[in-house]
Amino acid sequence: MARKTPGLNTSAMSDISFLLLAFFLMVSNINTDSGLARRLPPPLPEDVKPPEVKERNIFIVMVNKDDQLLFNTEYGNIRDLKARAKEFLGNPRNLPHFPEKNPTEIPYIGVYPVSKGVISLRNDRGTSYNMYLKVQNELTAAINEMRNELSQQVFHKSPYTELNDEQRKAIEQAIPMSISEAEPTKIGEKK
Amino acid sequence: MARFTGKKAKETPALNMGSMSDIIFMLLFFFMVITTMRESTLFVKISVPKGTEVVKLEKKSLVSYINVGVPQEQLQKQYGTEPRIQLNDQISEVSDIIGFIEEEREQRSEDERAQLTTAIKADTLVRMGLITDIKQELRQAGALKIFYNAAKGAVK
Repeated sequence: MARKTPGLNTSAMSDISFLLLAFFLMVSNINTDSGLARRLPPPLPEDVKPPEVKERNIFIVMVNKDDQLLFNTEYGNIRDLKARAKEFLGNPRNLPHFPEKNPTEIPYIGVYPVSKGVISLRNDRGTSYNMYLKVQNELTAAINEMRNELSQQVFHKSPYTELNDEQRKAIEQAIPMSISEAEPTKIGEKK
Repeated sequence: MARFTGKKAKETPALNMGSMSDIIFMLLFFFMVITTMRESTLFVKISVPKGTEVVKLEKKSLVSYINVGVPQEQLQKQYGTEPRIQLNDQISEVSDIIGFIEEEREQRSEDERAQLTTAIKADTLVRMGLITDIKQELRQAGALKIFYNAAKGAVK
């Protein structure tokens, strides 16, 4: 029986299609990589000795093969690392056993006492990468917090990453990312 | 049997094109779902550590990846169970890194070379010995901008 099929109303179909399209557009993400950016020091020429740094200007963080921490000469906990790093780099009360400061003229900020402190990070070959990154993360957190505080103080804006390029550079100059990693030494093997 | 000889039979009925768009959309969705941006297949198992201070990696075209981890199960007969390095599409040795960096530089124009970043994508269980070796090689190669891959999340 040839019966005429009634025309289907398909105009709503496009709406549904678009809805789906919009949904996938929203939930799909081109997987972006995230992580911590660092700069390696250039290779040392053999005959040049590394510059001497005063003891008060160094904060040593050591991680051994069992992922235990040593701050200068005492055992430490990863939870205290951020506070210790901030205390060291900031030296708010100008204590004699904390780093010296070097007053520097910085655009936007004026004369700012830039800390001469360097955090020296040393790790064993047996240290786990997980622990190493945790330490790096805590140190970054300390510096970021200090930068944010300064940014709030000077520009009344925080976090400092939202400032414009020149302002951000000024903040970065006032509180440099002073983490130094020791030349690798071999102490005990644990693969 | 006038029904078979009638005039009507000669006309081809018009095809209903209305559902064509649906088919096309279905194909579109299918491809959208199965597509992942091309990355070299990983021969090593990697679960990156977590961090709270992570930033996004900018300019993906200027990044060369070094993957570090234990080889996948089916490759462990060939490469063992110790953490290995994967450069591009093959398991390599630490000593291959300098050559790899040179190659990556060759592919970029002169003014982009300075911005070349090396992303170290390493598994949480890798020991620092291997990572340190990689970093020393990168220093020798002059690839000083590095990036430790980590996922955003609270540190346990």
